[in-house]
Amino acid sequence: MPPITSMDKNILLAHGTGGRMSHKLIDEVFLRVFDNPILLEKDDGAIVEIGGEKLAFTTDSYVVKPIFFPGGDIGKLSVWGTVNDLAVMGAEPFYISCGLIIEEGLELEILERIISSMAEAARIANVLVVTGDTKVVERGGADRIYINTSGVGMLKKNLPLNGIEPTDKIILSGSIGEHEVSVLLARDELPFHSDIVSDLAPLNLLVSEILNVDGIKFIRDPTRGGLATTLNEIAEGRNIGIIVEEEKIKISEEVKAVCELLGLDPFCLANEGKMVVVVKSDCADEVVRRMRKNPLGRESEIIGEVVGELNGRVCLKTRVGGTRILDMLTGYQLPRIC
Amino acid sequence: MKYVDEFNDRNLCLSLVKKIDSLLGGSEVSIMEVCGTHTMAIFRGGLRSLLPPPIRLLSGPGCPVCVTPTSYLDKAVALSEKEKVIIATFGDMMRVPGSNSSLEKQKAAGKEIRVVYSPLEALNIAENNPDKKVVFLAVGFETTSPTIAVTAIEARKRGILNFYLLSGHKRVPPALESLVRDGDLKVDGFILPGHVSTIIGVKPYLFLAEYGLPSVICGFEPLDILQGICMILRQIKEERAEVEVQYSRVVKNEGNAEAMALLHDIFIETDSEWRGLGPIAGSGYNLRKEYGDLDANQVFSLMDTASVETDGCICGQILKGLKIPNQCPHFGKSCIPSSPVGACMVSSEGTCAAYYKYG
Repeated sequence: MPPITSMDKNILLAHGTGGRMSHKLIDEVFLRVFDNPILLEKDDGAIVEIGGEKLAFTTDSYVVKPIFFPGGDIGKLSVWGTVNDLAVMGAEPFYISCGLIIEEGLELEILERIISSMAEAARIANVLVVTGDTKVVERGGADRIYINTSGVGMLKKNLPLNGIEPTDKIILSGSIGEHEVSVLLARDELPFHSDIVSDLAPLNLLVSEILNVDGIKFIRDPTRGGLATTLNEIAEGRNIGIIVEEEKIKISEEVKAVCELLGLDPFCLANEGKMVVVVKSDCADEVVRRMRKNPLGRESEIIGEVVGELNGRVCLKTRVGGTRILDMLTGYQLPRIC
Repeated sequence: MKYVDEFNDRNLCLSLVKKIDSLLGGSEVSIMEVCGTHTMAIFRGGLRSLLPPPIRLLSGPGCPVCVTPTSYLDKAVALSEKEKVIIATFGDMMRVPGSNSSLEKQKAAGKEIRVVYSPLEALNIAENNPDKKVVFLAVGFETTSPTIAVTAIEARKRGILNFYLLSGHKRVPPALESLVRDGDLKVDGFILPGHVSTIIGVKPYLFLAEYGLPSVICGFEPLDILQGICMILRQIKEERAEVEVQYSRVVKNEGNAEAMALLHDIFIETDSEWRGLGPIAGSGYNLRKEYGDLDANQVFSLMDTASVETDGCICGQILKGLKIPNQCPHFGKSCIPSSPVGACMVSSEGTCAAYYKYG
């Protein structure tokens, strides 16, 4: 194997944040080694064909700290996170696996709470947890509990990136940043508290409201790396431009305040119950209307549009009427000091 | 946050832009925003795209992380190699490149580096780890230094003996004066830092008037900055050179006397090295002799080493406002936020990082 000259010598935390460094790691290590056309699609999951049936298949590992946070826990997150990956690919999720890595000493009562929460999440999202595995590692070998889930679903509608065209509208299903901020504050490392609750939710319940609208082109859930990263992935992947309006992007007063205090960029904060929908211009209002009828999409809004210019970049029209580039997260967000 | 929203009013902003245009009357004006938070705010608001082209905004040396020299980072890295030492630092410092390593890389290599949001948090780490020595990387301008002074006092009060400060404090006015005296600088006025001025007040900037340079202490919302630019242009038009306060809802002429007294009690002014600018007389703070037991330099017998800058890196000229990031051979190529070469790319408030991120 040729040496990877442009990489660092060690894996850094920043390689796992979903932003530019994660992309680099994926491109330079995984894609190079597991070279196959399905993987090269670089989607959140894979579309595979077995016996003429198109299936969506995805996997994700959950290492959230703390394992309980306002609005959810690692169990619920591990089910809905994977359900969401399938849903935004245009699939109906069916079956989920559950792989546990548990640190020696974890209280049984905690494990039971997490597993019950997974069961409840599966019930709400209408999926079954059908297989699993448990490993226990010695104390210090993991941080309490890690969960890996894989999921399969039936592809209902293929939503390829190359269906996106200039004049398409961008819809966002609600306010951004609540998940990451709620988890950050739940760590109790900061000297203040808030009522911010994670937006964690099963998006298949919202996707199903709109999937049969003809003009739906593409759906993505802006998780790690936030809205900015998702929009940039779309723009870069399709080599088109995106213009969004700051005024249309909802950020709660609490999230804004935390961002101001800690120097965080709300556009780069992770969400777990929001989706970005790219839709043909003349269907946009209909899609927004349908999304708003569902509690998970009540605050849906057209936030911008696809343009032919800008070559893979995202431009933000600021509230005061200026314009600037909206870049994806690089590394991880560092709290500022002044 | 409603209070902040009012300072983002589109119509008011646009009317100020019109006023700026008419005050300019077509002539070119260069204004330096000294503070990194202003640089960020200008980019975040997309203000450059709103302002008429004859206005040139230059970013100054106002990001404390950016101006921290390689030699300081090398000391921090060396400390992290020591047995039973925990380094506590503000997050921005993690990626700043030293000569051979950065704190981020040290952490990945298993050294104990903790990111904190306040110096008191670092003190708590010391209290909870009595068998370890906790060194807090005390970096920042006059805004941050008082909180570190309070922490030093608190360490005494709580009898915590395993807490140390690696002092890298910087003072804004001496650096500004050195820039102005340098003669290379081509600016017509200054947007002065808001937060720093909350502490030090107006007086330390009065020397700017002697150089005939109009300046305005500004807030950080788009309306604040646009109004500040208007005030500078009006001074130029009326041939005045004064230090005016736009950010009067926060900044008092006399500053914060209590915080200044604290600084004086704990620290002593000292010469200090700035990345890109070199040593500047009286531009830093060191712990006073009475607090020597908290001074990491003394306790760990750290030696000052020479800072080595990367070939071709023009951070120094960028910090002086002589060049813009696009003129650097490293910018956007070998120097990007995830692997910065020069300091201006490191902190989100660094000039190069702002240019890279918001273009």
